[in-house]
This record gives sequence, structure tokens and C-alpha cells, in this order.
Amino acid sequence: MDGLDIAVTTLLWVLEILAIAVPVALSVAYITYAERRVIGFMQARKGCNRVGPHGLLQPLADGLKLFLKETIIPAKANKFLFVAAPVIALTPALIAFAVVPFGETRLFGLWDTPHVMSIAHLNVGILYVMAISSLAVYGVLLAGWASNSKYALLGAVRATCQMVSYEIAMGFSLVCVLMLAGTMDLSGIVHAQEGGFWHWYIIPLFPMFLVYFISGCAETNRTPFDLVEGDAELVAGHIVEYSGMWFATFSLAEYAALILISLMTSILFLGGWYAPFPFLDFIPGTFWLLGKAAFFIFVFIWFRATFPRYRYDQMMRLGWKVFLPWTLAWIAVIGIFTYTPGLQDLIAFYQPWR
Amino acid sequence: MIEAFFFYVFALMSVVAGAGVILARNTMFSVMWLIFCFFNAAGLFFMLDAEFLGIILILVYVGAVMVLFMFVVMMLELNKAKLREGFLQYLPTGGMIAFILMIEFIAAASSGVFSNEAIMAVGHLGKEVNNTVEIGKMLYTQYLLGFEVAAIILLVALVGAIVLTLRTRDDVKYQNISRQVNVRKEDRMKIVKVKL
Amino acid sequence: MGLLQKASKTWLLLELVKGLAVTGRYFFQKKITIEYPEERTPLSPRFRGLHALRRNEHGEERCIACKLCEAVCPAMAITIESEERDDGSRRTTRYDIDLSKCIYCGLCQEACPVDAIVETQIFEYGGETRDVLFYDKKMLLEVGDRYEAQIARNIKADAPYC
Repeated sequence: MDGLDIAVTTLLWVLEILAIAVPVALSVAYITYAERRVIGFMQARKGCNRVGPHGLLQPLADGLKLFLKETIIPAKANKFLFVAAPVIALTPALIAFAVVPFGETRLFGLWDTPHVMSIAHLNVGILYVMAISSLAVYGVLLAGWASNSKYALLGAVRATCQMVSYEIAMGFSLVCVLMLAGTMDLSGIVHAQEGGFWHWYIIPLFPMFLVYFISGCAETNRTPFDLVEGDAELVAGHIVEYSGMWFATFSLAEYAALILISLMTSILFLGGWYAPFPFLDFIPGTFWLLGKAAFFIFVFIWFRATFPRYRYDQMMRLGWKVFLPWTLAWIAVIGIFTYTPGLQDLIAFYQPWR
Repeated sequence: MIEAFFFYVFALMSVVAGAGVILARNTMFSVMWLIFCFFNAAGLFFMLDAEFLGIILILVYVGAVMVLFMFVVMMLELNKAKLREGFLQYLPTGGMIAFILMIEFIAAASSGVFSNEAIMAVGHLGKEVNNTVEIGKMLYTQYLLGFEVAAIILLVALVGAIVLTLRTRDDVKYQNISRQVNVRKEDRMKIVKVKL
Repeated sequence: MGLLQKASKTWLLLELVKGLAVTGRYFFQKKITIEYPEERTPLSPRFRGLHALRRNEHGEERCIACKLCEAVCPAMAITIESEERDDGSRRTTRYDIDLSKCIYCGLCQEACPVDAIVETQIFEYGGETRDVLFYDKKMLLEVGDRYEAQIARNIKADAPYC
């Protein structure tokens, strides 16, 4: 490999990364806008519609405001970790996108075989996403500790308990998907669900879909599990001492995680980039995937407009005493179905590796 | 060439991080050095094409174990450790452990498993070998007994930890969360027609 | 309720779906937002806003400096000084209302025997300094002159209920 080759490859990588990171940052901005509008609509209000036509410039105005605000570092905070925490929170949220397959393309007939559109093609993609999203807790934890404030510390403690306990339920619901798809490669999982919505894993794994989605709510600290930042008792939890750009970084990380969970739910349970009916395949797969993800983001916002916050002990009970037994039971059910002669035929439809 | 370069980077970093763990005065920074060390170890695994082990190392150790470590450190009263406090006192024990470890390393290195020929034979296998599948096959066939025993030991530890810490005090009022959550509208509410 | 029915209600998350349906329905409902500067809600004739001093039909100020409003004002926002004018009538020389003290209770209007001090429907008179909110006699009379038609209409509309 000579110098030119390396330069071209590096340039392509940079372009690929930018092609995902920039739309993610932009859509984060517009999800905050959508959130305010949708919650407004659900409360019979109009939401923000002042800045620009239909308020479409509102996110820019918000961003500008946050950018110009002063960053206050508390006197007794641990300065290094206080500044590092938002970055540590944002990094895993962004690098998890590296393995997400956004669709398949022949590049307008340039290639003979369809290529999967993802930055990295990892054959343990699903584990990678799990591992990276489990790192997100460090940002919260360090922010809470470094702020040297009791509210922030309590928020961080809650975040830790919550994320560690919901990760397990989430992981086990993914195991069910793996048992059907027979691969840990995200594009392989999507390929296993090819051909109409009756192939999608939401049908045999409906309870796991619910568990995954609700755990996703808890992982990203969204309502009804947002007691990490529960304003009523913790003011804003781990972000109570943050202001300006560092605060914005935290919300950027939170919404990026939200997008990731929505994308993962559509990839794992809703057939990724495949259309619900084969005759709709003329619409590019990326649109289907993004549409499904957008729907889930809407549902997250819908949840926020509807449900009150869970009490802390109730939430821990839900994770450990409800989700965990359910996921374990469902793994057993699928295992039994897979290897019992009479029942095999029922589930073989969803197991293309046979 | 590039591979060797990255190997030395990761190896150096993990040694530095390991030293950082014991040299950092602030316990929090010790934990962070340890996390950094795990990342570098995962990097070394990746370089050996053992992506499953690398990811699991991050998922389990960094994602779960270290979070709980940090949790504990956060809850403790943080005193900056004095460097070299009781250095001589701990020297014999620590030195002995280090010595035993070194002998073990040398023994393992000279056992032939890590000889040049054996490593060359494995080398970098092609894309068709999925080491997740291979590890799964090994664990559930050849090493099934060991695997299950390890699982049982973990389960015993789990139950033991719960038994040791679970105590019900009589003078404290507990809430029964299941009962609270399972309450329905019909149990609590009755619609009554009042004659006016 | 049967156990099966109860269990299915729990595990199918029926109550949650019901909740979602409520908010989902509101999503499409007509919005009740009033976009204030362009749209306004109707104001009651009894609305108590900025004060005004009125004149009678001859263009003479109504206030007779009886100081009842000054006496009744619970916030002591009104300051009145009076003396005899050349034609022998008793008039105010000073009539100040400190609107930053005023609590808009409307007692001055109630107390006034000649309907001189009234509260209008104007409520957009904020300023960036405090002295903008200090109204003297001249300013109050000006307000009264400008909005006389509106004031008279409101008083008439409210009269049957007084």
C-alpha cells in the first residue's frame, strides 16, 4: 500500500464518518424541535412556531444561545473530569453508529452486488453496539461525581443502577434475536428478515420487542424512566451544574442514543431496510429504515407526553423482577422450539440458518 | 509493520495504565486508569483477530464491572492516598505475588503453546472462520463441564451475596411494590349513583 | 374479574395503550393556543388595567380632590395634593399613581364619587425603567382623553351589575 492509497482510504473513511455524524447531529437538533412540537400538539398547544417558518429555525436559535452562554465550572468541582464528562458521554453515542447498516446499495448500478451501507462491517456488530452503549453510563457517572454536588451525585447513582440493571434485560432480549437469526452481524440479522412483514422478528418475539424498547427508554433515560434527571427531586440530576455548550453536549449524547435505540429496534425487530410488502421494494431501503426509526422516535416522544415518571424502586423492580424472568423464559421457549422435533417446523420459518 | 506498531502502542499504553492504577493518588483516577488499561487489552485482542473476546472484555469489564467499582468509589469518603505509606510493610507479600506471577509467565511462555510454530499455525485465519461460533462450539462441547461449574459457582456467589446482605428489620415499614403496582382502578374506585 | 382477563390486561399493557390513545387523540385536536400579539382573548368590561382620569362633557376634569381613592388605596400608590382654583372650585394640583406599587384592586374606582379615576382595559404599558410606571396627573388625563369612548362603553356595560 503506497502513500496515495492510504490517503485515499483515509479520505473515504473521513467522508463516511462525516456522512453519518453530520446528519446525526442535525437530526438531534430537529428531534428537540419535533419533541417540543409533538408534546405541544398532544397538550392541545401549538409548540414553538415563532423562529422562522413554523419555528423551523428554533433549534439553530437554541444552539446559538447555548453556544454563547458562559461555561460555569463550580469552584470545588474536579475540573478535568467535569470538562471530560460530556465528551465521554457523547463519544460512545456517536461511535456506536459505526456498525449500523443503513441499507443496501448498488450505487446506481456501479457495483454488481449490493453493498451494505455501514462504516464498519463487524461480524459481532450487535455485541459492539451493546458494549459501546454500555459505556454511555460513564459520562453520567463522571459528571455526577465531578460536579461535587449532592443532586448530581444522586443522579449519577441512580443512572448507574438503572443502566446496569436494564442492560441485562436488553442483552437477553437480543439473545432471542440472535437465536433466530443465527448471526451477530447486523446486516445478517436484517437479511434474515427479508420478504414481507410476516418475516419480521416482531411477530415471534413480540414480548422481547416490548422489553427491548422499554429497556431502551430506561437506557437513554427517557420518560417514564428519567428519574436520573427527575426535576422534582433531583433538579436535573447529573447535569445540574452544567451550562452552555457542555450542557448541549449532554443533550446531544442523549438524543443520539435515542436515535441509535430507534434504529436498532427497527433493525432487530422490524426488518431493517426491507419494506413491509415485497412489492413496495422500489422505494430505497434507507427510506424504510429511517422511516421506521422516525416512527420509534415519535413513539418515544409520545411516551414522554403520556406517562408519568416511575418511582425509583418500582423501576428497579420492573427491570429485575419482570423483564429479566420474561427474557430468560423466552430464551428457553425459543430453545425448546428450535430443538423439539414437532415444534421445529413452526419456528424454522424464522430461522434462515437451518 | 503497521500491526507491530499498533501492538507496541497498545502494549505500552496498557503498561502505563497499569502503573497509573497504582500510582494515582485519587481513587477515582485509579479506576479510570484501569478502564483505560482494559481498553488497551481489548485492542490487543482485536489485533489477534479475537474480536469476540475484545468486545466481551469491554462489555463485561468496562461496561458493568468497572461501573460498579466506580459506584463504590463514589460512595466512599475519598481520601487522597499517601504515596508509599506502609511501603515496607507490604513489600514482602507484594514481592512474593509478583515473583510467583513472573514464574508463571515464564513457564507459560516456554510451555510450547506460544511457540513460534504454534502461533504461525493459527495465524490470521480467513474471514470464513467466525471465532464467536468457534468459541461457542468449544465451550458447549469440549469444556461444557468446566463452563457449567463456573456458572454454578457464580450462581452460588450471587445467592450468597444476597443472603449475606438481606435482612428484614421489624422496626421499619416496607412497601410492597408488587402490590402497589398491581393495583387496578376497579380495586380502588367505585362509581356510585347518588340520588339528588 | 377473572384471573386470565386480569393477566392479559397487565401483559398486553392495555392501560398504557389507553393512555397513549388519549394523548394520540389530542394530537389531532384543535389547538387552543392564542398567539398573543396577533390574536387576543376578549377582555371583560370590568378588566382592571392602566388607570385613567376622566373629564366630563364640558371638558372639565371630573376629579374633585376628595382624596377618597388615596385613603382607600391599600398599597398607598396614590398621592394627591389639592388647592382652590381661581374659580373657587377644589381641584388637584398633583395626582400621582405609582403603578409599581399598585395592585390593581380597583378600590379607587369603587371609591370615586364622580367616576373620575377608572381602570381601563390597557395592559401593555411595560417599560425598562421604574419611572415609566410612575404616572402623574397629566399622563393620567391623557390616557383618559384618548380612551374616553372605550371607558364610557365599559362603564355602561358594567352598570347593570353594579
